[in-house]
Amino acid sequence: MEQIVVNGLYLGAQYAVIALGLTLIFSLMNVLNFAHGQMYVLGGFITYTVVSQFHLPYIVGLVTSAVALAVIGALLERFLFRPVIARSKREESTMLLAAGVAFFLDAVTLLIFGEKQRGIPKIINGVLNWNFIIVMPYDRILIGVLAIALIAGFIVFMQFSRSGRAMRALAQDRMAAQLMGVDVDRYSMIGFALGAMLAGLAGGLLVSITGVNLGMGGPTSIKAFMMIMIGGAGVISGAIAGGFILGMMESVGLTVLASYGDITYLVIFASLMVFLAIRPQGMMGKPWG
Amino acid sequence: MKLTEKLGVVVFLVAVYVLVPALIALSGRWDFFYTLTSVALLSIASAGVWLTFYIGRINIGQGAYALVGGYVSAILMTKAGLNFWITLPLAGLFCAGLSVLIGLPILRLRGVYFAMVTLVLTEVARLSALALHITNGAKGITSIPLPGKVALFGITIIPDFSTLANPKLAFYIMAVTLMVVSFAALWRIVNSRLGHLCRSLQQNEELASSIGVNTAYLRVLAYAISSFFGGIAGAGFVIISQSIYPSSFQVTDSVNFMLNCFLGGLSFVFGPMLGTLLLYFGWDLLFSTGKYQMLIYSSLLILAMLVLPNGLLSVSFSRRKGVGK
Repeated sequence: MEQIVVNGLYLGAQYAVIALGLTLIFSLMNVLNFAHGQMYVLGGFITYTVVSQFHLPYIVGLVTSAVALAVIGALLERFLFRPVIARSKREESTMLLAAGVAFFLDAVTLLIFGEKQRGIPKIINGVLNWNFIIVMPYDRILIGVLAIALIAGFIVFMQFSRSGRAMRALAQDRMAAQLMGVDVDRYSMIGFALGAMLAGLAGGLLVSITGVNLGMGGPTSIKAFMMIMIGGAGVISGAIAGGFILGMMESVGLTVLASYGDITYLVIFASLMVFLAIRPQGMMGKPWG
Repeated sequence: MKLTEKLGVVVFLVAVYVLVPALIALSGRWDFFYTLTSVALLSIASAGVWLTFYIGRINIGQGAYALVGGYVSAILMTKAGLNFWITLPLAGLFCAGLSVLIGLPILRLRGVYFAMVTLVLTEVARLSALALHITNGAKGITSIPLPGKVALFGITIIPDFSTLANPKLAFYIMAVTLMVVSFAALWRIVNSRLGHLCRSLQQNEELASSIGVNTAYLRVLAYAISSFFGGIAGAGFVIISQSIYPSSFQVTDSVNFMLNCFLGGLSFVFGPMLGTLLLYFGWDLLFSTGKYQMLIYSSLLILAMLVLPNGLLSVSFSRRKGVGK
């Protein structure tokens, strides 16, 4: 049982990083970023390239992923999402755009990095073994800790920095923030870049454990959607909670339901729909988003 | 109906029933029949998605109903030995019934919440098809028989497809007929009292309900009709490919159904048809570009969105729409 909980925490920390980026973009721009999974995969591939092809330290790869994805995110916001949001009559149009971007990133990843499964060598060897109650490789612990540190850093940034305060104001009420002198365009761009960066970092973290492949983007997006639905879309604490809850459910489900075959996700999906029928806005979300 | 509209319908019917088969026969590109048959069937599913857009809901779950409809039709044909033509409406009705059960709770959601739940629904359908016994898991159901004969009072109305010299043409005619009937029904719904009520839902649900519109009933009804279309399209797809797998309709397909509607334009009944034609045909034509296919396709998609954020039909009809609304 202890093992399941530790596995769940480790998975949940990673998931929470993904969900944070998605929920940030959603709360600032009201854009459901379909391309989030693809950004995550791209981040993984960039880290792989830096570490395995150029033989640089892992941390360099992680930083490269973060910077590259932040730039991509900023460019996407400036040249695609902003003009479309300004001109379209219905805000759903951005969903088409996001889906187009998802296809585009898939295509680019395929052309640049190919379709093979990629991974990097273990960062640290060895396994933590505590009386066979908890068995955990050290590199997983490191990744889990890094993910939690990232989440903590993100919260501190949002709570105490000037940009963070501006973004929180934007998420609450765009118009009011604008009237108070917040540069809406600038902080939308920063927020989108930050969200994309978190996706890239999560990909960079994952590549050291399970590797990445091209097909992971779509399913990751769906998982991220589920996390923010559990917690409530556009709420940062909700995204973190959603990530940990999904990680825990997956960890428990894979153990408990193993004898019934591969139905963990079916059970999770079904219980999510029941949950949403009772509480449509998720755990901490505003009613009707 | 104005005279120009009547004329347009006649031109359209002549084009799809006479002109297209004639052109294909002349050019000898028989593979276009399969492409166009797929377009016709997919546009029916997209029409369903369009109807949910019409009540102000973003539906990314049509793939689920297409899959369910396909499986219902396939199982009834292989296990119960029914004729395809009976299973077709049954698949639609089953999906409509199912969508009432699912829709009652989830239609309370709005905006992106509804969009995300329906997206998850597509995954649920795929995983259920993998896990259940009756759907035969990942192996799917294959070698489904061709549509049989339909006779009324001894007169053959629809011949047995296996006896036909050119089943491709027959499938094309079947799919196009289904499409024409579906869009006629959709057009009728939109221009009826029901359509007006749906528009009121799209604009403001609270206001609509405050003046006595039964919003809960209406949205379930619209969703059920939408899912009916999805089921029909799925069953149609099963019969033209004669097989179905859990991966036949997945999240990408659900997203594509939504994209078809967006691209065609959400304010126009025939938008989903145009969107499906362009997206599917565009994808097919780009096949020759090999590995750059996806890149070009997605770039065009993004470009279309940048230039015409309100759909393709918003250009040609921009004047008329201003008067109509």
